[in-house]
Amino acid sequence: MKKLKLNKTTKNNLITYGIVILAYIIVEAMLAGGQISSLMKGLLVPLCVYVILAVSLNLVVGILGELSLGHAGFMCVGAFSSAFFSKCTAGMMPDGLRFFLALLIGAAIAALFGLIIGIPVLRLKGDYLAIVTLAFGEIIKNLINVFFIGKDANGFHFSMKDAMSLNMDGGDVIINGPQGITGTPNDSTFTIGVILVLITLVIVLHLINSRDGRAIMSIRDNRIAAESVGINITKYKLMAFIISAALAGVAGVLYAHNLATLTALPKNFGYNQSIMILVFVVLGGIGSTRGSMIAAVVLTLLPELLRGLNDYRMLIYAIVLIVMMLLNWSPKALEMRERYSPKRLLAKRKEAKEAK
Amino acid sequence: MENMLEVKNLSISFGGLRAVSEFDMNIGKGQLYGLIGPNGAGKTTIFNLLTGVYKPDEGIVKLDGQDITGKKTIDINKAGIARTFQNIRLFSQMSVLDNVKVGLHNHYHYNTLEGILRLPRYRKVEKEMNERAMELLKVFDLEKDAEYLASNLPYGQQRKLEIARALATDPKLLLLDEPAAGMNPNETKELMETISFVREHFNMTILLIEHDMKLVSGICEELTVLNFGKVLAQGPTAEVLNDPQVITAYLGE
Amino acid sequence: MSFISYLINGISLGSVYAIIALGYTMVYGIAKMLNFAHGDIIMVGGYAAFISMNSLGVNPILAVILSVVICTILGLVIERVAYRPLRNASSPLAVLITAIGVSYLLQNLALLMFGADTKSFTSVVTVPAVVLAGGKLTISGETIVTVLACMIIMIGLTLFINKTKAGQAMLAVSEDRGAAQLMGINVNGTIALTFAIGSALAAIAAVLLCSAYPSLTPYTGAMPGIKAFVAAVFGGIGSIPGALIGGILLGIIEILGKAYISSQMADAIVFGVLIVVLLVKPSGLLGKQIQEKV
Repeated sequence: MKKLKLNKTTKNNLITYGIVILAYIIVEAMLAGGQISSLMKGLLVPLCVYVILAVSLNLVVGILGELSLGHAGFMCVGAFSSAFFSKCTAGMMPDGLRFFLALLIGAAIAALFGLIIGIPVLRLKGDYLAIVTLAFGEIIKNLINVFFIGKDANGFHFSMKDAMSLNMDGGDVIINGPQGITGTPNDSTFTIGVILVLITLVIVLHLINSRDGRAIMSIRDNRIAAESVGINITKYKLMAFIISAALAGVAGVLYAHNLATLTALPKNFGYNQSIMILVFVVLGGIGSTRGSMIAAVVLTLLPELLRGLNDYRMLIYAIVLIVMMLLNWSPKALEMRERYSPKRLLAKRKEAKEAK
Repeated sequence: MENMLEVKNLSISFGGLRAVSEFDMNIGKGQLYGLIGPNGAGKTTIFNLLTGVYKPDEGIVKLDGQDITGKKTIDINKAGIARTFQNIRLFSQMSVLDNVKVGLHNHYHYNTLEGILRLPRYRKVEKEMNERAMELLKVFDLEKDAEYLASNLPYGQQRKLEIARALATDPKLLLLDEPAAGMNPNETKELMETISFVREHFNMTILLIEHDMKLVSGICEELTVLNFGKVLAQGPTAEVLNDPQVITAYLGE
Repeated sequence: MSFISYLINGISLGSVYAIIALGYTMVYGIAKMLNFAHGDIIMVGGYAAFISMNSLGVNPILAVILSVVICTILGLVIERVAYRPLRNASSPLAVLITAIGVSYLLQNLALLMFGADTKSFTSVVTVPAVVLAGGKLTISGETIVTVLACMIIMIGLTLFINKTKAGQAMLAVSEDRGAAQLMGINVNGTIALTFAIGSALAAIAAVLLCSAYPSLTPYTGAMPGIKAFVAAVFGGIGSIPGALIGGILLGIIEILGKAYISSQMADAIVFGVLIVVLLVKPSGLLGKQIQEKV
């Protein structure tokens, strides 16, 4: 019989998938046993949303090595485009098919925005890219709040002023400016969420270990050297950016179809949300897909479990960011860690023993 | 002998300063050619001009008869020039093997979807890439370090890995920017052997920038000496090294 | 007449942006980092002046001085604790992310200390308004003081940089940090001084901003901070006159956009400007192109 040999990355990937599946089984068992509070039940889908967001942002921050502060903007685009679609087509097709199409639409429109934003933005580097993606996220949020789309017997009506100026002949206002979209079908479930998490993980982890993924990482590690061996910088930056945007769009679809009312507030689609996703990535260890996933879960659950902490939640996030960066990136801290790492101390002790 | 590289009248200025001026150089196929000169003479600038990092103000660069003047870096690499860097530029957070596989990027193909879905072509091409990359690593005695992070290699081996990565792009001309910088005499000697071996084994044309005279005189057939952005002397190694002008420029007044 | 009055308001707001943008542009030019927390230092400056006046009852001038002192110290502490250790980090993202963390930390500390409710700031300006064109056009005292303060700061800073040793050291560090060090310039000290000046300017901007728009919350600094960065990029980051021109143009664009296009879209318009500038002329109006060394 042929010996089954797994290399290290394959094994690592399987562990990541295993963690998700195991967590799913445990939660389902607890749900069946009635051991999960309604508060926690309400958190299950958002957890999946945050995991997808964190893993997809890590693709840009950790794998491509560029800081994007507009991730919530892509999520917003995915959420609104898919909710719009679902409301328009409610009752026209089976729920499952509709949600499947909604997912594709959310991902595609977010990817399209990724492309539109990416082409100009990716010529920029570092700080500029960060600030422009931030600006983009804010523009999206701003625009959604002045969007009015209604549908009546005569078709669609559009306005950027108010619902009155839609001049509707009966019918429904689908996107109602700051009031957003109400009555999106509640299609998101924990099971679908977990499946989407797994799909996200497969896409990202397989991408990283492919020809394209290596090209993306080579840009992160040394852009000039990457160019010198014939890597098309723009193409691969754009690829990472678009895939990341599409996955954020998927998270947005999941998010939108879990809520009765979808509005674009600073809280859910603003700069703060983008920063929160960044905190997940940083705490998980920049570049580590599994880390991003676990950090997203821990940082979402922790403040809910320890209710007293809720007031301090953002403060804790801030401290996490600063401390993690100082510990992991300061050359001095790295030197200290090297010097006092347990492995090294053990080796030293062993050496001393042998010398005796 | 046919020329692999022909450079005519190459010039570039930075803010009024003429960094390279009217530079001519011809390198024959299969030759091992040295570019030497004091610090700041413009050697690395010439490498950057040849590889498209800078666009020349004037002049023509031809590789194997093809005009590559002013092309972009990646197109020049595709046309057949690969290089190493004075300050090593590896993909430090990637494995040694992956560094070489990035070099193989344009010679092995499968699309993104095949990669994500791990379709048969992905498996087949990845296997071929691994084999080819290991072959290259073997040349530089790096095959046992394939799984390590590039940044964990000792200095001398990092230089070798950079050469291996450059060779992976299957170039016609290899540019080495001070390959022996920071090496001890033993390592330098070993490197000289490696360069000679690469030249034989891959039938490669090599242009190298070097400070170490011993290395240059030991392996280069022809030299160009650069001073203040201009050619000071050019020709067979022995002749150039005995040129009084060169001696003055090098050993100082 | 309303157009002229909008224009004046724009110049006034723009002058505040210009003062804040100076802090960004100096820190960016010299320490080569985007200090995301700069906007939040403004917020701290606002609270410092507010508490000095309302709780401690000191007079406005002293309150401004106190605010400047507190912000300067804060700027120095942040630089020392959070940014300096990361100056030689292997990834430029490290210090940027830390700066975002500091911004968040300041906002949330303020939230815990002062609460989320809006404090109504008493203007420190006692200069009377000027009425022109037979009462059709009023220029407020705040506007006059803001524009004057902005001009004085610009001139003072330009003189400081060109005429003093410390200023020359700043130029040297911004040009080439390594070479400056070799020439015996205290690089850490110079960067710290830059942060001190930037933060002191932020305090002044805070008082002017809060005098003109008298509502103070923990988030007061965030938006003006980001917009001032846009202004700095618009004018050409690293350039002092660029910060002035960028700031004033942005202020005018924002106020006119609010008046004639849509008040809800004002922020989107400002950010739109940023994107257009970066696409058309990434180095800004007065900035210079920098090429990476190979």
